[in-house]
Parts: sequence; structure tokens; C-alpha cells
Amino acid sequence: MSNSANNAPAAHSAGAPEESRSSLAALLLDPSFWADWASVVGLVGLVIIFGIAQPVFLSVANLQALLLAAAILVVLSIGQTFVVATSGIDLSLAAAVMLGAVILGLVNAAGHGIFIACVLCVLATSALGFFNGLIITAGKIPDFVVTLGTLSGITGLGLILSGGEPTMVGSTFLLKLASGSFGPFGYPVWVAIAAVVVAHVALYHTRFGVHLLATGGQTESASALGIRTGRVKIAAYTISGLCAGIAAILLVARIGSAEPLINTSLLLNSVAAVVLGGVSLFGGRASILGPAIGALMLTALVNGLTLLSVSAFYQPLAVGAIVVLAALIMRYQK
Amino acid sequence: MSAVPPFSASDAIIACQGLSKHFGGVRAFTDVAFQARRGEVTAVIGDNGAGKSTLIRCLVGVHVPDGGSIVFDGHEHPFSNPDGARKAGIETVHQNLALIDELTVAQNLFLNREIVRRIGPFTLLDRKAMRTQARAMLSRLSINVPSINQRVRRLSGGQRQAISICRAVGSGAKLVVMDEPTAALGVQETANVEALIRRLREQSVSVILVSHNFDQVRRLSDQIWVMRAGRMAATVRASETSGNELVALVTGAA
Repeated sequence: MSNSANNAPAAHSAGAPEESRSSLAALLLDPSFWADWASVVGLVGLVIIFGIAQPVFLSVANLQALLLAAAILVVLSIGQTFVVATSGIDLSLAAAVMLGAVILGLVNAAGHGIFIACVLCVLATSALGFFNGLIITAGKIPDFVVTLGTLSGITGLGLILSGGEPTMVGSTFLLKLASGSFGPFGYPVWVAIAAVVVAHVALYHTRFGVHLLATGGQTESASALGIRTGRVKIAAYTISGLCAGIAAILLVARIGSAEPLINTSLLLNSVAAVVLGGVSLFGGRASILGPAIGALMLTALVNGLTLLSVSAFYQPLAVGAIVVLAALIMRYQK
Repeated sequence: MSAVPPFSASDAIIACQGLSKHFGGVRAFTDVAFQARRGEVTAVIGDNGAGKSTLIRCLVGVHVPDGGSIVFDGHEHPFSNPDGARKAGIETVHQNLALIDELTVAQNLFLNREIVRRIGPFTLLDRKAMRTQARAMLSRLSINVPSINQRVRRLSGGQRQAISICRAVGSGAKLVVMDEPTAALGVQETANVEALIRRLREQSVSVILVSHNFDQVRRLSDQIWVMRAGRMAATVRASETSGNELVALVTGAA
């Protein structure tokens, strides 16, 4: 782990000689250890339980399918993490994915190349994010209210543009993206891995990352020190929009068409993954690996329950229980 | 009673003449002369509402005075905001401790002036260099914290104040302004921060100290300026005054 400066437990292993090394037993008895590593512990726990209950769960084919299914949520959770780190929340995230998909489909259907369609999709969702950030900082309106409004606005825009009809996207590039693989993982998994690496470096190894956490932690103090908190916030929302665009491309590639439907579970699960990942909803502390593993965990939960032939009706119940449980454990964070 | 500048202008890190500030019809202070000598601790005392906080805010660029001149480090004071003052070399240690709770000690010390290194087209943080320099900054002022990788949230009020001061001094500031640096602290914590201010004095850092505590002011400062009812009432050498005299000057009984 290279996030030692931000993550107290990780500091034990990452060159912090003055930190007293606690024994393993003490570590395991420390509630804050469980709080900081809730998503990892949860994922490992689920893998063990499902592996015992249904050995097929641990088959290579199923694990690959699981990762493939998790890729979109991982990318979205990263976007949500940047916003939540500034003590905001992006409720328009899933709507932006829908609009990005619709734009991709329409541009492609109009006869333009798939690359132009993908670029326009990402530009449009990034612009939406920028717009969210601009309204929030310039208008001094709470994040919740603005993104709730844009959630509805974007939904309408998507319906108007598409006429409510799905658009088939028959592109060999997208087909390859969805079904091809490199090494052990499919391309969408590599996209998610790349997003995790870039986001991790941006959060922990750049000035922007520190300023982001400072803005989320104490906005007034940060701006008293000359940090342009408004710009940081706008950047966070733009990153969220960018992630929505990438997720939209992955989604269209996966289902082969652009549908003007909002997948609300994507939005709720992105927030749930962020919470599971130990990111404070009050801002100021965040990691990228945590939410990514949180997203994996939520996907593993659904996957495992399906393999165990549990009715799909029980899945939201299980997700809800896990999120609330995680929030309870999180109270013990140092 | 008007204050006579006790030393020549060339000694002064900051000097003001005929300064006044009004908020609408409310007069904060009028015709104030004030100087702080290079390498000394200069204290400003006065009762609540005497105008000392507003004076200090004018010096550090939070307020723009209505009249009069401020000369900082030989130049006419050109700042209309705190950022400009900070860039010119005036660092303020805020009463409300402008630290970010969720960041570590090292991150706070280098916030918004991070050390970076270029790797190809990317500019990345040099966290190792920042940690090394953070340790050096803290040890230069003999500040004890459990670890520079510790979140500031978990530190005591005194430790936090020490880190605020360390950050101000470590930025290479020409003048450090402290507004009530021990107001929120306990006895032991206050003693630690006072010891820190004494070390700054030994290292010839120019400090302006605003305080209510006359004993503390006499212990820590070289020169004391007394404000009363929006005017600079008097200035005395700390070594040549007594607590009773300061009380008399502040209340106007002298």
C-alpha cells in the first residue's frame, strides 16, 4: 500500500518507523482496523461463504464473469469517490451514464465513426459534471439539491433526444471491448484497473489530491490557505462525469444498445461502494482501492446469491443490510 | 496621548502611520501609528473592542484600511487580500487554527506549497522529501508530535497550535502574526506554546502577538503596544513595565 500518509493502518507496513508496531492480536482486536478494512474483510468473507456453499462460485469462469460484471460499478464508484471526498454527492451519476449512452448511440446511428461517438459521449458527461460543479460552487447551492435537479433534467434530456426508444449499436469495436480479453481479464476489467491506478495516483500523489481532501475536510481552512476550493470541487464533479462517460461506453458495449433508461441501482450501489470503501460522507478522507473493493463486494454478493438460487427479490435486501452494517462498523474509524 | 515611534523606520519589519478603519458609521480605530521591529516579538494588547483585531486584520490583508500608510519590509503595503500578504511574507496563525483535521501533520505543514517532482509529463508529490523536511521543521522548533504521519484530528490543542506556528515559520515568513495563540489552551499547553514563541524569539523571527493575557505579554514580548477605544494609547518596552502599569494603560487609568 502506498497510501500510508492517509491511511493509519497501512502506515504500519509502509515505512513509518516512528509508528509503534502493534502485534497482530492487538490489531485484530482494534475496531478501527475492521472499520478501515471493512470492504476487504467483507469481500474475503463473502468469497469464503459463497465458495463453501456453492463451489461453482470459485470457478475461474465465474470469477471472470464477476469481475466483468463489476467493471462498470468500479468505474462509477471511483467517480463518486472524488465527489464524496469533497463532502458532496453526485446523484446524477447514473443519469449521466444514460445520457452518455444515448449520445453514443445517436452519434453512431447518424453514421459517424464509433470513436467520435465514444469521444462525444465522454465529453458530454464530463461537461455535465463540470456544469454540476459550477452550479454548486457559483450558486452556493447544496450538492444534494443540484445533482437531484440535474438527475431529473438529464433524464428528461435523454428521453427527448432518444424519443424514448433504444438505439442499437452494432459496432465491432464495442463488441471486441465487451467480449475480448487480454491475459486473464476481459478488456472492461482492464479499463477498470486502469481507472483505479490513475485515480489512486491522482488522489495520493498529486497536489490536486491533497487539495481535494483538504477541501472536503475543512473548506474554510483550505481556502484560508489559498486553495481554490471552488475549482477543486468543479474538478471533482468533472472527474465524476468523465467516469460516467467511460461507464456509458462499457455499458453500451455490454448490452449492445443505448437505452434511455436509468439504472438506479448503479447510482445507489456507487454510493454504497463508496461507503463500504471507508470514504467519509462528510468529506476529507478517501481511498480508491476501498470503493473499488466495495464495488467488487456488492457484485460478488449479487453473483453469489444468484448462484445459490436465491430469488432476485432478496438481493436488494442483502445489499441494504450490508451497507447499513458497514456504516455501523465505520463509526469505529479513527 | 499619541504614541511616538520608539525606533527608526529602517529597523521596522512593518510600520504604519495615521491608519484608520471604519465599518459604515462604526469607527474601529483612527490615526493609529504602529511599528514592529525586525527579529522581535511585538505585542498588541487592549480591551475587547479596542480595535486590535481589526488593526491586525488590516496588517495581514483581510481588511483594507480607509486611510494611512503601511510599510512592510521597506515597501508600501500593496495587499488587498490575505493571499497577497502571505506571498509577500506575512503568515497568520489563526485563532481558529486553520489546520485540516483529516490530513496528516506532514501534509498540513506543506499544504498548498507541496514539494513536487516531475516524472515525464506528470507532476507528482515528493512525499519522502516532505516527510524529511517536516521532521526537520518540527525538530528545529523542538515540537513534539507522536508521528508526522498522524492525522491532525488526533492531536491536542497545543500540538495543533504548535503545528500552525511551525507551518507559518517554516514557509520562510518575514513576519508571523499570532492572534490569541493560547486562548483555547490549558495551562500545560499554554506553557508549551509560550516556550515555542520564546524559541522563535531566540531565532530572531519577527512576531506580532495579540493577547489578552498581560503576564504572558510581559513574559514573551520585547515591545508592547496598547490600544484603547480605537486609538493607540501607548507603547512600552516589556522589560520596563509592570502588570499594573499595563492594566492602567488598557483601562485608561494612567
